[in-house]
Amino acid sequence: MENKTALIIGGSAGSLDVLIRVLPDIDINIQFPIVIVVHRKQGTDSILSDLLATKTTLRVKELEEKETILDGCIYVVPSDYHLLIEKDYTFSLDYSEKVNYSRPSIDVTFQSAADIYKDRLVCLLLSGSNADGVNGLIMVKKMGGKAWVQDPESAQVSYMPAQAILKANIDKVLKIEEMAGYINALTSY
Amino acid sequence: MPHLLSITDDEVEILINDVLDQYGYDFTGYSRASLKRRLVRIYALDKHVSFAEYRYKVINDPIYFKRFVEQITVNVTEMFRDPSFYKALRYKVLPNLGTYPFIRIWLAGCSTGEEAFSMAIVLKELGLLHKSLIYATDINPVVLEKAAEGMFPLSQMKQYSENYIASGGPKDFSSYYSANYAMAKFDPELRKKMIFSTHNLVSDHSFNEFQLILCRNVLIYFDRDLQFKVLQLFDNSLESLGYLALGTKETTDFSPISKNYKRLESEKIWRKTS
Ligand SMILES: C[S@@+](CC[C@H](N)C(=O)[O-])C[C@H]1O[C@@H](n2cnc3c(N)ncnc32)[C@H](O)[C@@H]1O
Repeated sequence: MENKTALIIGGSAGSLDVLIRVLPDIDINIQFPIVIVVHRKQGTDSILSDLLATKTTLRVKELEEKETILDGCIYVVPSDYHLLIEKDYTFSLDYSEKVNYSRPSIDVTFQSAADIYKDRLVCLLLSGSNADGVNGLIMVKKMGGKAWVQDPESAQVSYMPAQAILKANIDKVLKIEEMAGYINALTSY
Repeated sequence: MPHLLSITDDEVEILINDVLDQYGYDFTGYSRASLKRRLVRIYALDKHVSFAEYRYKVINDPIYFKRFVEQITVNVTEMFRDPSFYKALRYKVLPNLGTYPFIRIWLAGCSTGEEAFSMAIVLKELGLLHKSLIYATDINPVVLEKAAEGMFPLSQMKQYSENYIASGGPKDFSSYYSANYAMAKFDPELRKKMIFSTHNLVSDHSFNEFQLILCRNVLIYFDRDLQFKVLQLFDNSLESLGYLALGTKETTDFSPISKNYKRLESEKIWRKTS
């Protein structure tokens, strides 16, 4: 099977501002999907994808169950479900127990994606006030993928990226203004 | 922390086949990502030392297998989950069914019963409970035993009460239960119109004709082919002009039955047209 690349971005408190600043600078020709897993209140789904859609000409949508993952598309995970990735590059939603008090949990998606994309996966963890995502990044590294985090100094809430730096073997610590550049360079990665 | 490396994809397939051969439970149409996560979780929870030992136990110990089925299925549920859905039931669907002399409802994948008791409360408030029958089924016998007791954790009641109010519930939610240590024991009156029974959506057949079928957050665990097969089963079990309700992220779109169904605006509720 051909090897596909994917970028998954996880974030919690303070991550929305980062996305809003980074999305406008993402190249419309990227050759991989971007999946966004952010903690938020229930029932605010379309608001988030609609808001992000105003920041880019790339297609932004709330992902659907069993949908095929397409390159160049930005997918937002719906609230109150975990997101898993299937071997045939489709999405599965899961309504199991919360992980780190969160559903969607960033750990769950990072781990599931690492199992599928292995060394072709890049996961970026943004601002947040709990440690969801840290175990996920550890698994991503184990499978040969890349672990990036937002520079805690630039984060509204530094706990999440700081924990990641402490516990996982992070490849890059990025300031907000550096993110789009690194993401765009992934196309040839 | 359990992680996905403790079992390989091939081992997942081996276990699925064992379980089918040995016990006749068919998980072959389940989404692999979720199944693998559950299998890994059981591996860690039950402290298995190797895949071989895990496999041996599943094949040779029927009592352990019961636990295995209990743990492999995801049983998370809530009362009045998605209040806007219950609002549509209360104001659109059930008043229509109220004109029938008798209302048969099937809750497929009812888990521990929170959905069944929510449904009974709405029926009661609409004055329809006396002429309704709720068939609540699940693959997992352990959750059905719990469901039949009608007791849910007291700690959840604040959330459920908020959901109930948001769904248009006019009463004081606490009037439906009495506190019993850490549990809320629901009015036995509500329980009278429920029948709990095991039913496996993969292998069991249609067992009645219904005016309303609810199957929420079950199809997400199935691959597309199995989803279509189960939707066909629902179609065979639903009267003309009956309603089919799915979870907020599930759909009849793309399935062969979709042409005979019309969706109620914004909710995941479809009415059978022919
Ligand atoms: C996440 S719960 C959904 C509970 C409830 N309907 C809700 O939406 O809150 C999924 C339920 O489906 C049941 N289930 C899984 N596979 C099944 C099958 N093949 N046949 C019947 N029920 C099944 C599980 O045991 C579990 O109780």
